[in-house]
Amino acid sequence: MLGVRYFKIWVGGAILLLLFICGVAAPLLAPRDPQAQTLEDRLRPPRWSENGSPAYFLGTDNLGRDILSRLIYGSRISLLVGAATVVLAGLVGCTLGGVAGYFGETTDEIVSKMTEIFLAFPFLLIAIAIMAFLGQGVFNLIVALMLSRWVQYCRVVRGEVLSIKERDFVTAAHALGGKNFYILLRHVLPNTLASVTVIATFAMAVVIISEASLSFLGLGVPPHIPTWGSMLSEGRSYINRAPWLTIFPGMAIFITVFGINLLGDGLRDVFDPKLRRQ
Amino acid sequence: MSTLRRRILGAIPVILGISFLIFLLMHIAPGDPVVLLLGEDATPEEIARTRHDWGLDQPLIVQYWDFLSRAVQGDFGKSLKFNEPVINLVKERLPATIELGIASLVVAILISVPLGVYSAIKHNSLLDHAGMSVALIGVSLPNFWLGIMLIYFLGGQLNLLPVAGRIEYGINIQPITHLYLVDSLLTGNFAGFWSAFKHLLMPAITLGTSLAAIVTRIARSSVLEVMRQDFIMTARAKGLSEKTVIWRHILRNAMITLVTILGLQLGALLSGSVITETVFSFPGIGDLLIQSISVRDYKLTQVLILFFAVMYFAVNLLVDLLYTVIDPRIRM
Repeated sequence: MLGVRYFKIWVGGAILLLLFICGVAAPLLAPRDPQAQTLEDRLRPPRWSENGSPAYFLGTDNLGRDILSRLIYGSRISLLVGAATVVLAGLVGCTLGGVAGYFGETTDEIVSKMTEIFLAFPFLLIAIAIMAFLGQGVFNLIVALMLSRWVQYCRVVRGEVLSIKERDFVTAAHALGGKNFYILLRHVLPNTLASVTVIATFAMAVVIISEASLSFLGLGVPPHIPTWGSMLSEGRSYINRAPWLTIFPGMAIFITVFGINLLGDGLRDVFDPKLRRQ
Repeated sequence: MSTLRRRILGAIPVILGISFLIFLLMHIAPGDPVVLLLGEDATPEEIARTRHDWGLDQPLIVQYWDFLSRAVQGDFGKSLKFNEPVINLVKERLPATIELGIASLVVAILISVPLGVYSAIKHNSLLDHAGMSVALIGVSLPNFWLGIMLIYFLGGQLNLLPVAGRIEYGINIQPITHLYLVDSLLTGNFAGFWSAFKHLLMPAITLGTSLAAIVTRIARSSVLEVMRQDFIMTARAKGLSEKTVIWRHILRNAMITLVTILGLQLGALLSGSVITETVFSFPGIGDLLIQSISVRDYKLTQVLILFFAVMYFAVNLLVDLLYTVIDPRIRM
């Protein structure tokens, strides 16, 4: 089964890499300006359809904007929001989880109460609430999603630190005169990296879907920035006349999230010794 | 019952914490809600009067206390845009969300339990791999896209199901529980039942499949876990039929994990209902929440979000109570 595991990692990794290339090299890859409107070419079907134009590979939207270019540029938001949220939530969650697990007592109690409050609420609704009050914007979106995702890291890292801090090498580090924060940063937290990587991968998939959901609801980034979620939302009104407006952005979200989940599955299989034995 | 009481008492600070966070968010939100409601042309006197009428000129903590003391008496104030008491709006919309939630849960259970259990029993077979691939696809599908695609194919192309609303225009159902399917059956209104059922089907499939995908994977792993236990070997050694081993021993023990996961996923169902109701213009509280946000009715938004939190807590408590039924070893 090792082959299947690595196959998942390879395929998932390749899809994530493709997303990364699309996002970084969008100006080079996109055939047109994603904002350029050509009203005489509005609602053109994809190139291979009956009325398709060779100029627009995936067709155009209701304002005559090129769908392919908007999809390529849209990957930037998914990538930026996904990566930034996962990193920030990871930093907050790992720090709080590490400190709570390592120092215990009051610190642990305070952090546990905080996680309880955040867990007492469905995470997408936290994001909806924050976006509803703070308004649209990339920064607000990242903050909203980060606030709703840090808890997962915190709980897992806390649990792992609780067990790691009892191990002999930590006692040895103490005996050698290591300071608490040094031991936590240098010896304890690096040992949680495998779990954190798996959580981060799955979190990225959830964040990309959440970003698309919020943009779909009009609570994501400002309307002038192309995102897959807002493209879906705009295309909804033309579903029977121009289904490609919703099919392609939805497929982009699906393939991306599928790839990341596949990568997460593969990484979990490799990192989790319990699963490896099965 | 002391644990139950402790759980309820323990939830109070959490709910207070959430309500305060939401209250705070509302106040740091950009834009003055009074100006938003009265418009840019409002005179400073009008703005000051409205602010005084709503108590917005009071210190923050006084406003929060005022909100809390009214809320515990069931007075959540008036919606600024709908000009109706918030509680009436919630009462009107809640049954639709509950009906959608239950229907989605049924869809999820019908898909996930057989698929997960069968995959585990036929572990590492072609069917197991196929089942898990379907689950992975399900987890990765954005449910609002699935909803739109269902609208396109089942509603638009095949014209099989209605694409929006809760019931056909002109059909009236005598309200008893306000759940259309139940009320239409109780009153023998079969035309009403059929119409409500058709309207509910696509939203329930949309919301239910996303839940099913997650539950399938967990159902499989929890059944696998139970299958490895010694008592299963004992049951087989006693000569019990495979059917009895699966139904009486494996499934019953795997149920505890399944109910936990279903309970935890109900939170996702609540969030999902916001999106699904928006896609299908299904008149529940999720749809109301998005409407309140789009018209910047902060008061209504605040109460609805708090309401979702309380509902989430209540559902989790219900799940805890269910454990005692499934596993008599657990006592509340």
